Amino acid sequence: MTVIGWFQIILYCAIVVALVKPLGWYMTRVFNGEATFLSPVLRPVERGLYWISGVDERREQHWLTYTVSMLLFHVGGFLIIYGLMRLQGLLPFNPAGQSAVAEDLSFNTAISFITNTNWQNYGGESTLSYLVQMVGLTHQNFLSAATGIALAVALIRGFSRSSMRTIGNFWVDVTRCTLYVLLPICIVYTLFLVWQGMPQTLGAYVDATTLEGAKQTIAVGPVASQVAIKMLGTNGGGFFNANAAHPFENPTALSNFVQMISIFALGAALTNVFGRMVGNERQGWAILAVMGVLFVAGVAITYWAEANGTSTLASLGLTGGNMEGKEVRFGIVASSLFAVITTAASCGAVNAMHDSFTALGGMIPLINMQLGEIIVGGVGAGMYGMLLFVVLAIFVAGLMVGRTPEYVGKKIEAREVKMAMLAILVLPLMYLGWTAVAVVLPSAVASMANAGPHGFTEVLYAFTSATGNNGSAFGGLTGNTFFYNLTLASSMFVGRFFMIVPAMAIAGSLAGKKSVPPSAGTFPTTGGLFVGLVVGVILIIGGLTFFPALALGPIVEHLSMNANTLF
Amino acid sequence: MLREIRPAILVLLLLTAITGLAYPLAMTAIAGVIFPKQAQGSLIEKDGKVIGSALIGQEFKDDKYFHGRLSATSAPDPADPSKTVPAPYNAANSGGSNLGPTSKALADRIKEDVEKLKTENPSVPVPVDLVTTSGSGLDPDISPEGALFQVPRVAKARNLPEARVRELVMEHTQGRMAGLLGEPRVNVLALNLALDEASK
Repeated sequence: MTVIGWFQIILYCAIVVALVKPLGWYMTRVFNGEATFLSPVLRPVERGLYWISGVDERREQHWLTYTVSMLLFHVGGFLIIYGLMRLQGLLPFNPAGQSAVAEDLSFNTAISFITNTNWQNYGGESTLSYLVQMVGLTHQNFLSAATGIALAVALIRGFSRSSMRTIGNFWVDVTRCTLYVLLPICIVYTLFLVWQGMPQTLGAYVDATTLEGAKQTIAVGPVASQVAIKMLGTNGGGFFNANAAHPFENPTALSNFVQMISIFALGAALTNVFGRMVGNERQGWAILAVMGVLFVAGVAITYWAEANGTSTLASLGLTGGNMEGKEVRFGIVASSLFAVITTAASCGAVNAMHDSFTALGGMIPLINMQLGEIIVGGVGAGMYGMLLFVVLAIFVAGLMVGRTPEYVGKKIEAREVKMAMLAILVLPLMYLGWTAVAVVLPSAVASMANAGPHGFTEVLYAFTSATGNNGSAFGGLTGNTFFYNLTLASSMFVGRFFMIVPAMAIAGSLAGKKSVPPSAGTFPTTGGLFVGLVVGVILIIGGLTFFPALALGPIVEHLSMNANTLF
Repeated sequence: MLREIRPAILVLLLLTAITGLAYPLAMTAIAGVIFPKQAQGSLIEKDGKVIGSALIGQEFKDDKYFHGRLSATSAPDPADPSKTVPAPYNAANSGGSNLGPTSKALADRIKEDVEKLKTENPSVPVPVDLVTTSGSGLDPDISPEGALFQVPRVAKARNLPEARVRELVMEHTQGRMAGLLGEPRVNVLALNLALDEASK
């Protein structure tokens, strides 16, 4: 670890925190339906869109209608991606002549993109046409991100409203989020990325003759426009196989730094939206503090582990950390930081190969996802995931002092706690359950690239990433098989929707409750005690759930490595 | 609930048209005008022929060139398309080795390479980036230590004084951005082009 390395980490945190307030202010205005500086341009587009689609923007929806709208929207999105992938050989914008994608891989990819996972069983430049990359993937990057934010805002309205039956209008929330938040940022961001060296062309792959006379086919494409929303919307699905490690998908140290900021920007700002909407910004800062504590701890461990390297490197006298699977322009610190950010949020873009991280360095990304990606989290998804843990922590605090628990003026009762538990428990059921199945099926075990405990970690990481809708991978695992395509798709589906539906049920039931003013007996939820309590609940619930699985994977591997046992 | 079906179809189609077609196509057009070179992939031409991209590494095996990092990319086996064969610096199929810290295959590979490099230049320690594969398999850079390590070999193969080659390495070393972000590095292709120029 170096001083300059820590400087980069501190600078990163400072910029993210500095963006929270302005972005939170802007997003609050957008979701309250107020005018913004972009309204003169965008408002006519917005109104035209409602007029054609038959949306009455003043009509709000009950939580069930809101949820059903969201589900219908996803069915349509699924059909578009699946159809395009199956038919891409017949469609335009296909200079590389990619042929139809197989049924199971198309199914997996369609589920993957509507759930904001962007698991890469497909190999970007070697499988997909430009049309699929743009219409199939870029558009769903926008819409799954907009959906996540809309749902988080709906849940926040549940907390902030008093005795109301409705939680907003899904169509309005998604449209406004896309037009006013995501699209304008992406337009500026795309140009920045092209300036840094990212291709943005519809031209065919380039054939070059190298200095030594060999032939090199260089894949290009409309990369920058997709990468902008891939990062901002915490989607993470790469244009290229190697994702953000590919020099075209992340050309410079500056593009890397800005990409890292854009992963956290909107998710962190949502804590401020929450604070503003419930009428006390300090409530939002308290939640951000919980996230911050967990984040910094994760960064410190991964950075330390990667800078230390492996026993193999040490025995050969190699210094400079574990550079296997990392790029020179990022080095140890920017690779470690990126890995923690991308898994704390549900982004899943990678600028180094997590499979080649040290045992402990790779364990932190795994833990981040198993905690439910609540450290900032996916845009929206992290916020509602974190609020579920807050509900639980408040409930535990209520039990300790023997009072009905309250949070931001709402009584937390049996229904909310049951729904929160349902959402939190369904995640380990998927990733632990499918991992257990996979490691006893010989055909599934054959997909592992590494032997010993590392192979087990590859499988555990895959199902954790899918369930958490992250999409990063221990990439050695051959995931493009019938078994993994289907089981991973089911993990992504359950991980997304079995979390969303209970969260919306909580939103509906909270919105219907009266707000009670704080009294002398109300547990203050803006101080250090509250932050400590939530961190504790997250670690205890998380630890009890997945510690045994970690012991079989990264922990055993770390001990083996120290004993110089290789597999 | 039924009245949500119309918006479900139309909002989806309209937003798809905006974000999936209008947005990428407009960005392609604008980027092509403002940053034409980058938008095409930062291609380098020599005598009218494309010899590569400034951002994409390429394979160098000859002693007279600086070598880049190891690359784990592959290509379909011409004999059996269901299998793959190693194809370093395949810029149409990026990827890393994905070998873990306790992999015997990785340990053996690194050991062999370290021994080979030690015979080439016993005077300085082997830099770690010369014996590890990059994440993309297309890393265009090596560390300044990685370049300096190769100076004696390149100078000998080209009959140039070592000081001259070292000077070229220094000229092509890029520092951290604003002295803070990223790591110091040397673009291998740019350095080799300069080397060819200097040997003329």
